[in-house]
Amino acid sequence: MKIVVCIKQVPGTTNVRIDPETNTLVRQGVESQINPFDLYALEEAVRVKERMIAAGVDTTVTVISMGPPQVEEALRETITLGADDAALLCDRGFAGSDTWATSYALAAGIKKVGADLVFCGMQAIDGDTAQTGPGITCHADYSLATYVSKVEEIDEKRARVWRLLEEGYEVIEIALPALFTVVKEINEPRTPSLRGKMKAKSAKIPIWTVEAMGLDLEKCGLKGSPTQVVKVFSPEHRAGGAIHEGEAHELAAKALEVIRERCTC
Amino acid sequence: MAIKVITDTCIGCKACVRSCPANAISMDEKLAVIDLNLCTYCGSCVSACKFAAIVIEIDKQAQGDLADYHGIWVFGEQNDGELAGVVPELIGEGRKLADKRGCELSVVVLGENLAQLGEELAKYPVDKVYLYDHHELARFRPEPYTRVLAQLVRKHKPEVVLAGATTTGRSFLAKVATELYTGLTADCTGLEIAEDGLLLQTRPAFGGNIMATIQCPYTRPQMSTVRHKVMQSAEKSETATAEIINVPADDSLMKSKIDIKDFIADLESKVNIVDADVIVSGGRGLGAAENFAYLKELADLLDGAVGASRAAVDSGMMPYPHQVGQTGKTVCPKLYIACGISGAVQHLAGMQSSDCIIAINKDPNAPIFSVADFGFVGDAVEVVKEIIKQVKAGRNIGG
Repeated sequence: MKIVVCIKQVPGTTNVRIDPETNTLVRQGVESQINPFDLYALEEAVRVKERMIAAGVDTTVTVISMGPPQVEEALRETITLGADDAALLCDRGFAGSDTWATSYALAAGIKKVGADLVFCGMQAIDGDTAQTGPGITCHADYSLATYVSKVEEIDEKRARVWRLLEEGYEVIEIALPALFTVVKEINEPRTPSLRGKMKAKSAKIPIWTVEAMGLDLEKCGLKGSPTQVVKVFSPEHRAGGAIHEGEAHELAAKALEVIRERCTC
Repeated sequence: MAIKVITDTCIGCKACVRSCPANAISMDEKLAVIDLNLCTYCGSCVSACKFAAIVIEIDKQAQGDLADYHGIWVFGEQNDGELAGVVPELIGEGRKLADKRGCELSVVVLGENLAQLGEELAKYPVDKVYLYDHHELARFRPEPYTRVLAQLVRKHKPEVVLAGATTTGRSFLAKVATELYTGLTADCTGLEIAEDGLLLQTRPAFGGNIMATIQCPYTRPQMSTVRHKVMQSAEKSETATAEIINVPADDSLMKSKIDIKDFIADLESKVNIVDADVIVSGGRGLGAAENFAYLKELADLLDGAVGASRAAVDSGMMPYPHQVGQTGKTVCPKLYIACGISGAVQHLAGMQSSDCIIAINKDPNAPIFSVADFGFVGDAVEVVKEIIKQVKAGRNIGG
């Protein structure tokens, strides 16, 4: 079985603000990281691989990402965490991609690997769109299960998974090839292994370009993106209000006044 | 496609240099220079430049005649005949957009046995209610839902499609937009429509620290998922005025590779925290998992739900579906009561757009107080116990 995990490199913190004076982004500690949800996706892929191998099915985990050359670092890190190999979709033609164009490119990468199963995080913490995973399943014709919290059963043809919805868990059976977007509850990611670290050092991470993947340049990057960002700005600043001190019953009485203004109790 | 600096207008203030997340801009003889090998066309510099000296030009043509598209559509998400809470809000917002454009507002419902729901929807201020009734649509599955909505859009050509940013809305609207090769903006908190019909969609990014306004200029429909509890709900009237259209269902669209086997209601939390008007939320400051029982008691008294910080969830005090914040849920209730939560940025990202925030924490310097409308410095468990006591006492007096 071939498993692909899609990851995104995101800023190390979302603690970015716009300086109201200069209207510019103020970024603190801008080291980058792998999108946290994608680490759960990777971990689940590695766990499925281990289950498949235990069942006698040869299985590999390939991680792909679209982004600038420095994303290679993030991909190397995924090898320390159990991925077998990785590839970077990197090309000037991809710059400015919205979720439509990103899913178009990633779908091509997934098809190139010939994946039976794809894992994505439920969303990325910078854009918070949750759209790229579902988008891929149109470009590459995969079945889709979003918000997956458990892979209960899996074989080469189908899987039984739990989806975390607003009111509870939906249990579904889904035919492969399929793409799952996962929530945090699905697992607890492992720490890098020594063997993984050794492997990551020497791993070759190929670069896949627009041309090499045979993509239509008109559908890539800014040009292929139906949406455009018109402006970015600072949200209205929320100022803290009065702070009260005192005995618990005094605080409770004051808090209850506030509560009663807003709901009946 | 190009990004360029208008050299006559650039004054060399370096605002763009600081704004660029890709470090792609440098100064050369007091003029901004953009390294095209690094630029990601994110538009930060365009927004940052007070002199409009940076422009992104896209050589792109509208796909088809955009003027062929008329009307605003709302996806009427339902479960077992019950309308999703966000739908009346979408109707309220859709009505405003339709009135501004002088066009029709329609609600489109997919499901099984929809007649009664159709009657109910017809009482809202909408012009048309499309019902697409088929037993294969009884529960949401991505493939048939995508095919049906995409086919309806192709046929009727609405200019705008709005859906709730629910698990269902987010799961399949992205598929519909991909099929139709049009733009979709996620989790919008503000919508405005221009005279020429261009929809300006505003949404939070970076966990709510940045707002971005997004448009879809070359393709139609313009599609958005909209955050729950942000827009104002439309009111239902006594009589049904909208036209109800039963769309003949097409069996060939119903194939799916998914079988729904079971649904396990989350017994711990009957109330879905995203839908709750009041959330009583706890953090590690509560000390012990048992203390969440007091939060639950208070939440029950206020007809609310219980939330938790990541720290509380990771330490096993509460299950994950309750987690509020960056790796949990984003909520905007009328009232958020944060108990023993210090207020890490990741937590604030999930709750700072609540209407009113009360924070109770021992540490007067906890960052949660910087966003709280009302701060209380004290032991959260003791204060919550007192509130419960006083609520109950008040009930006894008031009968």
